[in-house]
Amino acid sequence: MSAATGYSFAYLDEQTKRMIRRAILKAIAVPGYQVPFASREMPMPYGWGTGGVQVTASIIGPDDVLKVIDQGSDDTTNAVSIRKFFARTAGVATTTKTREATVIQTRHRIPEAKLGEHQILVYQVPIPEPLRFLEPRETETRRLHALADYGLMHVKLYEDIARHGHIATTYAYPAEVAGRYVMDPSPIPKFDNPKMDMCEALQLFGAGREKRIYAVPPCTRVRSLDFEDHPFTVQSFREPCALCAATGVYLDEVVLDDRGGRMFVCSDTDFCEERRADGHRGHLLGEAPAAIAGEAGDA
Amino acid sequence: MAGNALARAPLAAGFADPVRDSQAVFRAVMTALARPALPQPLAVALGPPAPLTPELAAVALALADHEAPLWLDGPLASVSAVADFLRFHTGAPIVTDPAGAAFALVADAAALPPFDAFAQGTQDYPDRSTTVVAAVERLAQGRGLAFEGPGIRQRAALDAAPVPADLAQRLARNRALFPRGVDLVLVAPGRIAGLPRSLTPVGEP
Amino acid sequence: MYVAVKGGEKAIDNAHRLLAHARRGPADLPEVAPAQIAAQLTLGVDRVMAEGSLYDRDLAALAVKQARGDLVEAAFLVRAFRTTLPRFGHSLPVDTTRMGVERRVSATFRDLPGGQVLGPTFDYTHRLIDFRLAAGAEPPAPAEAPATPDEPMPRVTDLLDGEALIEREAPGEEGAPIGDLTREPLDFPADRDLRLQALARGDEGFLLALAYSTQRGYGRTHPFVGEVRFGEVAVEFVPEELGFAVPLGRVAVTECQMVNQFKGSAQVPPQFTRGYGLVFGQSERKAMSMALVDRALRAREFGEEVVAPAQDEEFVLAHADNVQATGFVEHLKLPHYVDFQAELELVRRMRAEHAARGSEAVGMREAAE
Repeated sequence: MSAATGYSFAYLDEQTKRMIRRAILKAIAVPGYQVPFASREMPMPYGWGTGGVQVTASIIGPDDVLKVIDQGSDDTTNAVSIRKFFARTAGVATTTKTREATVIQTRHRIPEAKLGEHQILVYQVPIPEPLRFLEPRETETRRLHALADYGLMHVKLYEDIARHGHIATTYAYPAEVAGRYVMDPSPIPKFDNPKMDMCEALQLFGAGREKRIYAVPPCTRVRSLDFEDHPFTVQSFREPCALCAATGVYLDEVVLDDRGGRMFVCSDTDFCEERRADGHRGHLLGEAPAAIAGEAGDA
Repeated sequence: MAGNALARAPLAAGFADPVRDSQAVFRAVMTALARPALPQPLAVALGPPAPLTPELAAVALALADHEAPLWLDGPLASVSAVADFLRFHTGAPIVTDPAGAAFALVADAAALPPFDAFAQGTQDYPDRSTTVVAAVERLAQGRGLAFEGPGIRQRAALDAAPVPADLAQRLARNRALFPRGVDLVLVAPGRIAGLPRSLTPVGEP
Repeated sequence: MYVAVKGGEKAIDNAHRLLAHARRGPADLPEVAPAQIAAQLTLGVDRVMAEGSLYDRDLAALAVKQARGDLVEAAFLVRAFRTTLPRFGHSLPVDTTRMGVERRVSATFRDLPGGQVLGPTFDYTHRLIDFRLAAGAEPPAPAEAPATPDEPMPRVTDLLDGEALIEREAPGEEGAPIGDLTREPLDFPADRDLRLQALARGDEGFLLALAYSTQRGYGRTHPFVGEVRFGEVAVEFVPEELGFAVPLGRVAVTECQMVNQFKGSAQVPPQFTRGYGLVFGQSERKAMSMALVDRALRAREFGEEVVAPAQDEEFVLAHADNVQATGFVEHLKLPHYVDFQAELELVRRMRAEHAARGSEAVGMREAAE
């Protein structure tokens, strides 16, 4: 018991942690396969990261340093809430700096900085089943995974090409793990998909409401689905980050006024702040609203 | 019954700090399976009844409970104090059919039972398989069985002894069943290494 | 130890302070006590216990207070508490023939052993706002009858069973595993024990609508209320170390036995079939809805064609839980701007390509003219 809260360390009771830990071990042994687990009710609502929170609560120890991001930012409401939850129930150190973190829980992004082998990335997953919107029935999708029959997915992607001239999936873009299972990487923009391939960090995926855990071990092949004549590509942005001048990173579009004024800034706020601390200057740095540019005195 | 229990030697203690110790042991097991064939440190302060080694005991105490049954190999099953210790500290049922076990504890790794004696999962639910935890004396990187697969950048080699002479062939057959199969965890004094089913043995390095 | 602090945290702290303030309401009004909620808003507390899946009246009453009367939010609080409790095992099946019956009505028989016991019910009241309640008038004392000896009250379905008019409920196998969807994720097709558990925890409104749909032709089952009963039953548990049953206490439950359209064949003479509902506390609406949906979900077992939502096991079980449903619906409030950015970029690109194709076509037409 943690004296401060009256709850167990990291909230979950030991029996629940053991159950989740066993599921994680199987998930690692069968990369990309969705292990069913007896997801518990958590003190935050389903769809708000209960899967990621249960995974983090089951792996985290007193020596870990936790970073939580949502949309790439440490300061979004849900990230703040989850970070506080662990600071309170586990008493662990928290950080906003990617390179200082040993456990990073994320919703919708992979940090821009290359992750290292001492790190674990925990994804919050709303719909773990990549085939769900093509086939609503669990009985059916389970069979398709058992047979490694992913024809349905290819047909869907190809229909996109026929209709739009593009694959119209821009996030939660399906990927094949270690040559076998196709997985939903959670709603990260497909821009982030290549970062999963041969990543040095262990990647764990938790879906609380849907009661599934899956994993990509470190240094594992993750191939985004595509076609020979339509290879997988990621989007590029026309201009660099307006604050730190970074290129080749994912940018948020910030609307500045009602006359079409807008700026593009790094989605990964820590990455952007580090670059600015290193002296990089974007073309609108002086003009950006404080809420976007951040406060100088971040503790 | 109570009289018998009282007459026995007192049970060896479990984890000093169950919450912290379980977490630390689990992280070692997780890292071992995520980075296969690469021995990880596993510090244990347990004094379980022989031939249960401190590392075997630590894995069982960290991960087994009444929802995750244990199976014991011959040498472990022959000493009733081992089962008493495990039952008391984990609450896990101890099964005689290895196919019914979530975790199999093996003290004599050279006499490791064939993998098909254990649960290998189904094509639909490959996770419903046994994790086999075997104690060896030597566990070091390099000069031994070589592997490729998820969790290994290029190739990794593991020197473990004693193990069955045909371990590489057994692991190759295990890999051929993928996604079904068992996951093997080897423990030695102070160390742990994982050989999950996703690994492909590739002969000598 | 260092902790990240940013502007968003301050805003959240302030929002939570405001919530506490709004919960309390005007300071010149006395604060409502959980004991008052437990004793006077009984049915709301019952619903929270049922959907929160935890029989603890005081805790549920506190949750109602904390949730400002939002019963789904209160059930959520109770669930989140429940999940941290150790689980020692499962009780023996409760014997509802030995219920201390407060209410028991049957629609299938004019009178029956044990009689019709109306008890405290809204049925037959005129739904007129009673302005006397606003003034806080003390109600007259309840009418009293001589205490009936505590003898078992047989269930209507047992009476039918005596004549083999209704399908026999096979007793559970001794020692057979008892499903628990809070410990093992649901696996389809699910057995009836798990289906009933999901329905017992399920959202009252969702089950009510599904049950209603079966009455309107979407999976008709021709139901009769064999009986509905409400009262307290004893809960007994066999601890592993003792090997015999010990009483844990009493819980109030509502049970509904629905008698449905008969089945039969050349080999088997026709028999009525059953639908079953059991919920914590007093909620006939929920127990009856559950019984109707339970029967509808047995379509496969009876070889009925699955055509309606209430018969579709995956559909019903996947959407019955309001804690899951409310979380996922409301999560749309969370920021999604990263994904939206990806969509924005694609739509812009496709519009630009579309425009380019348009001007190309115009160009070609002009060239042809």
